[in-house]
Amino acid sequence: MALLEIEHLKKYFPSPRGTVHAVDDVSFSIKKGETMGLVGESGCGKSTLGRTIIHLLESTDGKITFEGEDVTHLNKKGLRSLRENMQIIFQDPYSSLNPRLTLHDTIMEPLKLSGRFTDEEVEAETTRLMDLVGVEKRFRMSYPHELDGGRRQRVGIARAIALNPKFIVCDEPVSALDVSIQAQILNLLMDLQEEYELTYLFVTHDLSVVRHISNNISVMYLGQMVETGPTDELFRNPLHPYTKALLSAIPTVDIHNRTYRSNQRAFLCLLQS
Amino acid sequence: MKVNDKKSMKPGSFPYIWSRIRRNPGAMFGLIFVISLFILSVISPYICKYDYAEIVMKDRFALPSSEHLLGCDEVGRDILSRILYGAKYTLSIGILSTIFSCVIGVILGAVAGYFGGKVDTLIMRILDIFQAFPNILLAIAISAVLGKGFDKVIYAIGISSVPNYARMMRANILTVRNSEFIEAASSINCSTFRIITHHVIPNAISPLIVQVAMGIASAALAASSLSFLGFGVQAPTPEWGAMLASARGYVRDYPHMVIIPGLFIMVTVLSFNLVGDAIRDALDPKLRD
Repeated sequence: MALLEIEHLKKYFPSPRGTVHAVDDVSFSIKKGETMGLVGESGCGKSTLGRTIIHLLESTDGKITFEGEDVTHLNKKGLRSLRENMQIIFQDPYSSLNPRLTLHDTIMEPLKLSGRFTDEEVEAETTRLMDLVGVEKRFRMSYPHELDGGRRQRVGIARAIALNPKFIVCDEPVSALDVSIQAQILNLLMDLQEEYELTYLFVTHDLSVVRHISNNISVMYLGQMVETGPTDELFRNPLHPYTKALLSAIPTVDIHNRTYRSNQRAFLCLLQS
Repeated sequence: MKVNDKKSMKPGSFPYIWSRIRRNPGAMFGLIFVISLFILSVISPYICKYDYAEIVMKDRFALPSSEHLLGCDEVGRDILSRILYGAKYTLSIGILSTIFSCVIGVILGAVAGYFGGKVDTLIMRILDIFQAFPNILLAIAISAVLGKGFDKVIYAIGISSVPNYARMMRANILTVRNSEFIEAASSINCSTFRIITHHVIPNAISPLIVQVAMGIASAALAASSLSFLGFGVQAPTPEWGAMLASARGYVRDYPHMVIIPGLFIMVTVLSFNLVGDAIRDALDPKLRD
């Protein structure tokens, strides 16, 4: 059974020049323990989709089903319990941590707010989480600006998994990091997934990253989902022209492929004009 | 990377801020000046040779001497006694009216900035009406309604500077509000109240602290202006601004009458600014040494 099912989800923003169809009639489902990669160019609505699913934005229309329950419209209480099960990891570890809270306080906050733990349990759990994501204990009382991007992102991950959520939206969690750190964070995410049976919606524009981590891939273009399929199949046999163009844009060392690539790039430009 | 060795000194806590201020000579000067001024003004009736309202016609316009350390004014009252006695009014009107306007301004600005939309429009348009009047005119109007007296001056000056604080707070909140950590806070079930008090305000408050330090100074000045115009503290209560105003006719012949209260106002203002700067630095974890 699918953990999360999205049916005809729409998110429109009003703007002075008419309505922006940021997410336009998107449907897909994710099985428990799997990762859905969501790719597409900047501004195609990937992040909006992720935020709408975890109710940081209210959906305009459509239906969200989580563990067989309709969670599209929730009251305060329902939203509270949903958020213990759904979390988000942000793209920019520089702006996603409160600069005035120590790492310890940042990680502790969700535990404290849940009201399920005593003070000692909160302390113990915070220490365990820091250990779990690989942030050394000596940074407990440090502030975000004293750390590098990788460690900050680890703190962001610790905050997200603090309450044992089942589903996490990873909103380009590695695109602000340099390549060696990217691999560490990706491995951390995959280890956590294995250990806690997490389900990810992995939003990214980096196709090599998404290939590494995803079971299925969805391609988004101008707010709509143009193609969905298992990762290998999609890479081997892309059907939609936009997917083809996108795949051909992955940097390659194959010199004979050049003509094909430049043709595809011309197509991409044509699509955008 | 710095290893945390001072466990008891949690950054942001009072002992921590105090230890930072203590290392700042300018701030220590300001703090000592303001505190000793306040203490002296409280004990002034016991230490001063002359009463602040005692008129001695033979000492009119006396220059500073061993008899009258800071000289005498146009009716022969000892200026030192008057300065010390008046410090109480100047300082407390400045501090209390700033606290008053700051608390109300921060709340209004935070609500307007965080919620936006109609709430924002309503609050800011009402404040616009307040701002449409010159500050001192508004203060005069308010004190005309409330009547004379020490507490009325505080309300009058406080209300008239609420829009400044609200406006500044709102602008700071708008920049903080769109940060991802605010979104993160709501995704971990932070209540709106907690988001505003724990995440938004601490990140938006530091420019305000300097504004408060300046505000105390300008509130003290506004109090003096009100006294001069007959709405504030009543004669013969020696208010610094009022002393300055009444001495201004003699500035060419007896400049000490103007210079001395002026100097006290200036050094007091400077002290508050130095302390304000130091508190801002101490509150900013990015400037941690």
